Amino acid sequence: MGIEVNGKTLETDEEGYLTNLNEWVPEVAGIMAKLDDTELNENHWEVINFLREYYEEYQIAPAVRVLTKAIGKKLGKDKGNSKYLYELFPYGPGKQACKYAGLPKPTGCV
Amino acid sequence: MSETKKFLFVNRKAPYGTIYAWESLEVILISAAFEQDVSLVFIDDGVFQIAKGQDTTELGIKNFSPTYNALGDYDVNKIYIEKESLDARGLTVDDLLKLTYEDEDDDWAEKDSIHVVSSAELVDIMDQQDVVLSF
Amino acid sequence: MPMLHTVNKSPFERGALESCIRLAIKGSSVLLIEDGVYGASRGTAASNMVENAMKDLDFYVLGSDLKARGVDENRLIDGITVIDYSGFVKLAVENDKVQAWL
Repeated sequence: MGIEVNGKTLETDEEGYLTNLNEWVPEVAGIMAKLDDTELNENHWEVINFLREYYEEYQIAPAVRVLTKAIGKKLGKDKGNSKYLYELFPYGPGKQACKYAGLPKPTGCV
Repeated sequence: MSETKKFLFVNRKAPYGTIYAWESLEVILISAAFEQDVSLVFIDDGVFQIAKGQDTTELGIKNFSPTYNALGDYDVNKIYIEKESLDARGLTVDDLLKLTYEDEDDDWAEKDSIHVVSSAELVDIMDQQDVVLSF
Repeated sequence: MPMLHTVNKSPFERGALESCIRLAIKGSSVLLIEDGVYGASRGTAASNMVENAMKDLDFYVLGSDLKARGVDENRLIDGITVIDYSGFVKLAVENDKVQAWL
């Protein structure tokens, strides 16, 4: 499987996650969102960028509980709660946002 | 899962020669994500897992030592290192990663997760667990 | 005849280094790689054994494996030579035989 980005085919796994996270470019997020009938706004991007920074620092995609807490710390309590994050990413903030960010599925996600 | 159990992960292997260290870390993160009461012990060559300054660039493999820094976010903050194992390897706590957590139940201060303990103290810690997983 | 021995196991976990030192012929080279590099540090439970063996054997250690494990070169036993992959190849070529202690 794969997705077309800037005329190149990037390989994805059976659940749609990028196989090689180094191939990620910002366009990946938009194209994946379109496949889910989602239009990305700046609130989505805040979370996507946060996840990429988290991965850069810790080399893992955080579990949803950890993500929620960390977002709260960084972006404020009104964003660090599951209601807000599930509204942005209805398929699950861990799974969906990590996918758009080019990260693997969060460790501990089933 | 409604019942919280005390899980102890015993880490005894050096980080890159075998897959044990990484597998252990993944299971630790999964257990913690399910809000279990997780403690870690590093003994024997396991103490090398949390040595600071690891850089695997030239080997072309993933350096997972930064992931130990995320343990505090997962509320894994009981990390015990056996002093005898450090001594045998010429290491002190200064040679290890500085692992901390934010104490949400108390004053929100950054506190050390790492506790260097003797073998005798470790006997008691291991005795208090419900489940012991060895890697 | 002297030869090259490689050791890839930690001396604290396995007896590979100990056996290598016991059985290597005088004048041989011992290259520590992978988890074997932990045997190159000073002030450990294994360092006396290595220091004694250095009277008869030349010790080398692979720099990339040291770096991966966070072992700083300034904590190595004096007299152990840090080499890179091309140094590894050179040692292998210089010696008629290579024995890998697993």
